[in-house]
Amino acid sequence: MEPSIATSIGQIHLDKPVMLASGILGISLDVFNRLYASGAGAVVTKSLSTAAWEGYPNPTIFSVKGGGWINAVGLSNPGASYFAKMIEPNQDVPIIVSLVGSIPEDFEMMIKEFKNCKVKAYELNMSCPHVARVGLEVGDDPGLVKEIVSTVKKATDVPVIAKVGLGTSNYLNTVGTAVDSGIDAITAINTVRAMAIDVETKRPILSNKFGGLSGTPIKPIALRCVYEISSKYDIPIIGCGGISSWEDAVEFFLAGASGVQLGSAIGDNWVGVFDDINKGILDYMKRNNYSTIKEMVGLAKKS
Amino acid sequence: MQRNLNHPTIVTIEKVIDETPTVRTLVFSDDVMPTVLPGQFAMVWIPGVNELPMSVMISKESGKAAFTVRKHGPSSTGLFNVPVGGQIGIRGPYGNSFDVKEGKLLLVGGGTGLVPMMRLLTFVKPTDDVTVLMGAKSKDEVFFEDLSNELLKNNPHKVIVSTDDGSYGEKGFVTDMVEKLVNETKFDAVYVCGPEIMMYKTVQSAHSRNIFVQASLERMMKCGVGICGSCCVGEDLACRDGTVFDGDHLSTNKEFGHLHRNKAGILEKY
Repeated sequence: MEPSIATSIGQIHLDKPVMLASGILGISLDVFNRLYASGAGAVVTKSLSTAAWEGYPNPTIFSVKGGGWINAVGLSNPGASYFAKMIEPNQDVPIIVSLVGSIPEDFEMMIKEFKNCKVKAYELNMSCPHVARVGLEVGDDPGLVKEIVSTVKKATDVPVIAKVGLGTSNYLNTVGTAVDSGIDAITAINTVRAMAIDVETKRPILSNKFGGLSGTPIKPIALRCVYEISSKYDIPIIGCGGISSWEDAVEFFLAGASGVQLGSAIGDNWVGVFDDINKGILDYMKRNNYSTIKEMVGLAKKS
Repeated sequence: MQRNLNHPTIVTIEKVIDETPTVRTLVFSDDVMPTVLPGQFAMVWIPGVNELPMSVMISKESGKAAFTVRKHGPSSTGLFNVPVGGQIGIRGPYGNSFDVKEGKLLLVGGGTGLVPMMRLLTFVKPTDDVTVLMGAKSKDEVFFEDLSNELLKNNPHKVIVSTDDGSYGEKGFVTDMVEKLVNETKFDAVYVCGPEIMMYKTVQSAHSRNIFVQASLERMMKCGVGICGSCCVGEDLACRDGTVFDGDHLSTNKEFGHLHRNKAGILEKY
């Protein structure tokens, strides 16, 4: 029998295991439809805030010599209310709504906006490394993580994911707090705080000076985090960070992820990357006689 | 190390040409930008100011390229004010390019939308019959007329200027002139770049007569490579699928000519 690349991340069931990561291409329903048709198992929206944010001036994104990207877009987004109205007509595309805020009430208020929308899951951004008072600054505060997760879990029956990254505190404690507070899954990791300086003009290139490093250079770090989380906690995991090929995706499954997200690979390989990875995973499963993704999840921990 | 086209490369401005009171051309030496295809753009970093998508202008000197900018907001004014000896960063080229057809060609440019048209003129064959239509608000704001004539000196050609106030050339909007020209002449291709309403009407005029037409779209751009999503037009990304689109495709896009996104991604009417 033909193997199936469908996967379940806790209660989140997807036909395909590779998702679009938050922050990438995420502001138009027409583009979501296109990505879904291109083989994305789900699309994660840009992180939405209670009000519209313009983000930082350019330069906001450029690639690093030697590989990878640094960005500080600044969480530009049209706001949760505007966004909810835009995706209201959607029935087909599994949309994971990413939310960013500073206090539990921000998240509670935004979830109400989506009451008429078909939302596959919410992903709480607790790891953006370049915007003050949200993202990593929330993830680094265990008390706040607990309050936000508990509040969001009470506000919705839809599965809730926490996206964690590398901040100033041990990210495993953030994961632990989120798990204790009832989180349904973890996405690991976000971009890693970084910068670049131009030697001719002697200036930081990003207008925000600091940004987040993504792409191939952070894959080994993200893989280590997924392995660590799956070794310590019994929680469904989505791997994210530098995935650009089917081998990368399978590595994350073997480390303990049940699904993966990608973003930077779009810049290098455009939207065909989803189908390429899906096909590669399927071929690998055939060669290894796996019939489900689940059979691969966490296998590397047994060796 | 080989040049990373997605990483800013610093170039020095060698010459500044005042085209009009509000438009300047900044010339620089580079290995990559002089050879880009017509319609392709670069992301141009003005250190301390911003980074802007810019069509790449030709230069008469080999190994050199240029940017032609109109001062408008803080960012374009920042580029406008870069002096000789000043440094800017460039990455790219990005995007697709015009499909160069043969025969009777109509090139329509409004303001700095003429920049990709000048590069396109360097790709036409001597046998092509070329009409360049350029729009400006007034006589003071007309530029590239002499350059167009010079680039087309070996071709059967016409360069038509229209000014909104009639202070030079034909009086009226470019789009009215387009309508007149496509009624009179069976063009093999029409190319347009300029303000979107101008492009929309030009595409309509040509497409409704089954004339091949292409437009180069301008949108809010942050990354230039299809990651940030800021420049989406319906399901298309201007930076990655464009900036050049065919009239056939544009006539099915419900945002073209009607809506664009602001910095936060909210759709606004033109």
